[in-house]
Amino acid sequence: MAVKTAKEIRKKSPGRNRLSLLVNGQPFELEVGTEPYQVDPAHTLAHTLRETLGLTGTKISCDHGACGCCTVLMDGKAILSCMTLTVECNGKQIMTIEGLSDPKTGKIDPLQQAFIDYTAFQCGFCTPGIIMSAKALLHENPFPTEEEVKEGLSGNFCRCISHYHVVKAVMAASKEVR
Amino acid sequence: MANTYRYIGKATPRKDATEIVTGGAKYLNDIKFPDLLYGKVLRSPHPHALIKKVDKSRAEGLEGVKAILTWEDVPDWKGGTPRYTRILDRKVRYVGDAVALVAATTEEIAKGALHLIDVEYELLPAVFDMEEALKPGAPQLYDEFPGNVVTPGVPFFGPKSLKEVVMGDTEKGFQEADVIAEGTFGYENIPNPLPPEPPGAIALWEEPNKLTLRVSNQASYMDKITLFHVMERKVEVRSIGGPCGGSFGSKFMSWQVQSYAALLSRATGKPVKLIFTKEEHLAAFTMRPASRMKARVGMKKDGTVTAISGTWLIDTGYYSMTTQSQVAVGCGEVQIAVRCPNWNLRPVIVCTNRNASGIVRGFGGQELKCILIPILSLAMEKLDIDPFEFLKKHFVKPGDGYFWRDGIWYTYRGVDFAKAMDKGAELFGWKDKWKGWLKPTAVDGTKRRGVGVGVHGNADIGEDASEAYVRLHPDGTAMLFSCVTEHGTGQRSNYIKMVAEVLQMPMENVSVTPSDSLINPYEFGPAGSRGTYAIGSAVIAAAEDAKRKLFELIAPMLQADPNDLETVDGVIFVKSHPEKRIPWRAMSIDRTLTGYGRFEPDYTLTNCMMSFVDVEVDTETGNVTLLRVVNTTDVGQIIDPPGLEGQLNGCLGSGGIDSALFEETILDRSSGHILNANMIDYKWRTFSQLPVIDNVALETPFPSHRFHAVGVGEIATSPGPVAVLMAVSNAIGLWLHEYPVTPERVLKALGKVPTGARKGGAA
Repeated sequence: MAVKTAKEIRKKSPGRNRLSLLVNGQPFELEVGTEPYQVDPAHTLAHTLRETLGLTGTKISCDHGACGCCTVLMDGKAILSCMTLTVECNGKQIMTIEGLSDPKTGKIDPLQQAFIDYTAFQCGFCTPGIIMSAKALLHENPFPTEEEVKEGLSGNFCRCISHYHVVKAVMAASKEVR
Repeated sequence: MANTYRYIGKATPRKDATEIVTGGAKYLNDIKFPDLLYGKVLRSPHPHALIKKVDKSRAEGLEGVKAILTWEDVPDWKGGTPRYTRILDRKVRYVGDAVALVAATTEEIAKGALHLIDVEYELLPAVFDMEEALKPGAPQLYDEFPGNVVTPGVPFFGPKSLKEVVMGDTEKGFQEADVIAEGTFGYENIPNPLPPEPPGAIALWEEPNKLTLRVSNQASYMDKITLFHVMERKVEVRSIGGPCGGSFGSKFMSWQVQSYAALLSRATGKPVKLIFTKEEHLAAFTMRPASRMKARVGMKKDGTVTAISGTWLIDTGYYSMTTQSQVAVGCGEVQIAVRCPNWNLRPVIVCTNRNASGIVRGFGGQELKCILIPILSLAMEKLDIDPFEFLKKHFVKPGDGYFWRDGIWYTYRGVDFAKAMDKGAELFGWKDKWKGWLKPTAVDGTKRRGVGVGVHGNADIGEDASEAYVRLHPDGTAMLFSCVTEHGTGQRSNYIKMVAEVLQMPMENVSVTPSDSLINPYEFGPAGSRGTYAIGSAVIAAAEDAKRKLFELIAPMLQADPNDLETVDGVIFVKSHPEKRIPWRAMSIDRTLTGYGRFEPDYTLTNCMMSFVDVEVDTETGNVTLLRVVNTTDVGQIIDPPGLEGQLNGCLGSGGIDSALFEETILDRSSGHILNANMIDYKWRTFSQLPVIDNVALETPFPSHRFHAVGVGEIATSPGPVAVLMAVSNAIGLWLHEYPVTPERVLKALGKVPTGARKGGAA
């Protein structure tokens, strides 16, 4: 039976067939295509990070841009990787939760340490996304007020209600910088 | 009392903290396997239909598709209580019911194949309301449940399992009453506990009958047990749990998604991963049961309840696995909260053509409190009785008793919670804020403030059995064998703390095994609030047993009696002569010592949580803002302060307080479709909407285990919703009868919008 698959259709689509990404400081040259090792034009950045690059610290929860679990940094700004197509990321610098540690010493980021010190998580599934949003916030506003922290994290879903501990951890991390 | 413990009661970092904050924690969907196939489920677009024909040929022609299964291809595996719900059936009973299962080499191909399966349905009339479903001539979901009434009772709870609260003489009770109040209240918004990690499973079938499952569950050992029964007691199941991205009860029962993955692996010979999408999570995985109550209560002037009589209708959706258990526990819990000699409370569990209800924090009792406390409040209102004083007076006291889930009477032997309640009321400022029934605390233009209070307690803190081993090694380390997964409470770390405390050794030197049913003994899992007392007791007993074995082995070497020995930091010494000492390695490097601990169920202790809420209602917009929550409890002994605080803060989420404010699953009662099965339309609280929460946790030692502690986490969600309903009613001066208190309902009560029937959603 001749079924024209999405794969076959995509094979014929024109366009660039390579893209380069800098993920956590490491350059990646990825082929665009439909083989498992390639980046399908329909793949989201969340999918590529998790399935192609094996960076599973970035979580997918709603896959719909609502919950913030998949938050990563693109050129320093927080983005939802489930709402971003990988093919649109050519030449971009991406930072994921795995990239926050000091590349030389391996020491975790003071923000991550604050999350440990304040037990700012329960089940932990939403935590990488929250940390990445907080990282972007502190990058833009190193000394936020509590209200600004809450506003900055308002796109991140947490069901266990770790919110109160998270706000304390982010405030503590910002004070440390201060 | 000063804390003399080395670790208990002190904040210590969670053992898994670094993995969680670095993204290293491997949740179910993060695990990679070679040759992995991906599973997807074709779901029914109809609420009630017979499958006439399935044509798989187009889908089978798609490259990468490895298996397509329909009801005709699978064994007669069944779940439910009683076990009448087939894993795939010829009949579909809700919009979302499984019609076919597909395994393919990629998720995209599996998804694509779903569109190529042609199904011919014969549509049947459907029913979406409990009272409609009970009427003669209503569409029937199962031949086995005539009238759509689900068989009551839970075999697992024993032959007398609690099905109702019937005792004394209610007629006599009503005669003795000074006032009688009657009313109907509904908690029918079927909120979803909605953990961020969706339900899923990875299965590997090995012929003829061996199944290895990777699960995401708070109680991974129980998957093995549940599936053994579902799979006709013919399959040897090994379940392996890992970090669980939230459960709140729900993932305790994941037999369907696990069976789907198992069947696809059985059909293909390859490992199969099947993870629900968020839409499936919201529309085809379990949510809170819906409850409606019509009841009469009799009360004396002093607040003594003389009689309670009513019908508790529970909508379980298209099937029930645990609803009878929730009814049993709810019926037990209501006696803990309300002392009354004469009861005639009759639950009826009803099937309707919507997605199923299942386990959620609050487990029956939250549902029952949400609709019974308001009816008691109507009587309190007539007598001008303060609800705080009422709830404090009625909550179980040492020497009182209750019929628990097994239908057996237990006498409570724990602490009096009145002290904790007083402390909470004082912190909240209840005396100043309470102005009387249906009276606002303050009015400022269109803004009206109101306060409310609720209470809940659960004797499940000692429910079911637990087992654990503690193995001591000559290098001075210990390993705990316990089939507990980490689902957010921090209990895996707390058990390490308990072992380290018993053995007086550094926490770094204690590890815990993966929650694999192959290597660990029986564990019911941290369901309800049983983690601290029930599981803790097994862990403590195992550590003590290991210590005893160590001392028996070492005593001759120190020429001492085992009872005279103590160990600290991997060194054993004679208590009276500490210089007589020897390290653990004296046990010899070719030896380990294993202690065993078991906890037997004990229903004579309960926990308690009282929540006070302060709300502001805008009478112009109908909007309700939760300003402040005070939770108060007595836990005997805090094990981990930040962990406990996190659990109590959890009162808002997972179908808790917010289920009274804005959370609801909206079912279109004409088509059976859930209209908000995504995280934009399903409302949840964001960081920018946080109320002030203050938590009080007293530490009056409990007669539980050596640390005198009891658990409380589960019930954090439970007292709040009814407190919100009460607070909003007080603020606007009118009783609201339905959850959640949406702007629409508030404005309707105030007569500012027409009171016409609402399309979709709870009635």
